[in-house]
Amino acid sequence: MTAVYSIFIFVLTIFLGFELISKVPSTLHTPLMSGTNAIHGITLIGALAATQTSYHGFNILLSTLAVIFATINVVGGYAVTDRMLSMFKKKDKGGPV
Amino acid sequence: MTLSPIGINYVYVVCAALFVLGLKMLSSPATARRGNMVSALGMLIAIVATLLAQGLDYRWILIGMLIGGLIGTAGAYFVKMTAMPEMVALFNGSGGLASLLLSWSEYHHNPTMAPFTTLATALSVFIGGMAFTGSMVAFGKLAGKISQQAVIFKGQHLINGAILLAAISAAGLFYLKPDSLFGYMSFVVIALVALGFGVTSIIPVGGADIPVVISLLNSYTGLAACAAGFVISNNILIVAGALVGASGIILTRLMCKAMNRSLINVLFSGFGTTTISAGNTSGAQGEIKPASAEDVYYILEAAGSVAFVPGYGMAVAQAQHVVKELGDLLEANGTEVVYAIHPVAGRMPGHMNVLLAEANVPYDQLVEMDDINPRMETIDACVVIGANDVVNPAAVNETNSPIYGMPIIETYRAKTVIVLKRSMHAGFAGIDNALFYGENTRMYFGDAKSSLQALVAEFKSGN
Repeated sequence: MTAVYSIFIFVLTIFLGFELISKVPSTLHTPLMSGTNAIHGITLIGALAATQTSYHGFNILLSTLAVIFATINVVGGYAVTDRMLSMFKKKDKGGPV
Repeated sequence: MTLSPIGINYVYVVCAALFVLGLKMLSSPATARRGNMVSALGMLIAIVATLLAQGLDYRWILIGMLIGGLIGTAGAYFVKMTAMPEMVALFNGSGGLASLLLSWSEYHHNPTMAPFTTLATALSVFIGGMAFTGSMVAFGKLAGKISQQAVIFKGQHLINGAILLAAISAAGLFYLKPDSLFGYMSFVVIALVALGFGVTSIIPVGGADIPVVISLLNSYTGLAACAAGFVISNNILIVAGALVGASGIILTRLMCKAMNRSLINVLFSGFGTTTISAGNTSGAQGEIKPASAEDVYYILEAAGSVAFVPGYGMAVAQAQHVVKELGDLLEANGTEVVYAIHPVAGRMPGHMNVLLAEANVPYDQLVEMDDINPRMETIDACVVIGANDVVNPAAVNETNSPIYGMPIIETYRAKTVIVLKRSMHAGFAGIDNALFYGENTRMYFGDAKSSLQALVAEFKSGN
């Protein structure tokens, strides 16, 4: 039954994603790409939840590796995006384009 | 303090809202940086809430987050702005791998899965694995570690088809009996096939199309995270993953449009391999007119308006700061200076904007292709810095050219074009460029950075 709710959320979010990004100036394509790149590091949440005391051996290895790689994705993704965006000058207060 | 699963889910609702808000803000230059912060805040809250659950093994979490955090931070702060696309590809790959590992761990822990979960596991492993190796291939191509040309081998589509078929059959077997040894073996087969498919499906893409592919792989990784969310029935993974998946697809489409290509064409055509000979026979005739630093100085000094058209060559030569210096000198000389940027110049869309922003060029001086082309005739001098395919007139007037129909910055219509180029090598797409032989074109050979420095020196001694 929960599967149905999850699919509900999934489908609606897909449409939301389409709407959100439909008009972006090409200036921002790179930061947007790396910004969304950071967001899919959300796998980290799953990896954290899957690193439980009841897991042992190979299982904990898999989970820990998942935590490592997802953390690289999250931390690196946000940091690099911020570094990029910090360089964009706001000379004309640039309203929404 | 611990949070109940329901409590954690309430927190996730807040996080999902922050992600949506952050993405919305990312799509306008004025709010983009804050948007990224908002989305990072959402992530932080989600992490903290998750850590408050019961029964977590904090030792391993700490070790994992420490290692990952160090690698991620180091990568993000030590990378040069020019190598940004490579870095994004690497981060993307590690996200895909994380989804694969997470689903594997869950399956290993509890092999008796509901049919729906089995399906989601297979999907998440397949998409995650493909995104991982695909990103690594894209990274290799960008970093020049593997051939940037499209690698086409015989029967490629057949092999890819066979691989997909193998994946689907393995997924079918896995679905039937996930909790048997046979099911476990099928699972491993899915993972291996996915890793292989990432390589075979990305390797035929030519270097010029890699930006599009990175965006597509980004979308895949989002969908892999989403599928992993279905595996562990975690809504925040589903929401965030689907957001990235959908926005990645839209971004990919925007980029394809900027190149006047379809996604199918990008993925399967092996652009730039079959067409070199065609370009050579018809395109370029005429004489090359080389110019010295002094010649270029006189042209620019007399020009009322100058448009810089940067390409990947500028990134390679790390010339963005000198470009800005020259631009400032020209402005001091009373010249109108703009930077005309093609949407797919460089190795990533918006790549040039990032580099010029790094050199402190305000973004109102960066003009898009559609704004500069209508007034190209009024530009006295176009300075093309290490760009090639995006200024190739063949895209406008040669119907048999592989890039015909791609919108370009029509520099050939400017009064004078100065092309800074290291040598007469063909561009990324491997096509000859008639612009270099044009009546109003001067070729200024040399490394872009030292060439520009010579110009700056001329200006300083001239004034």
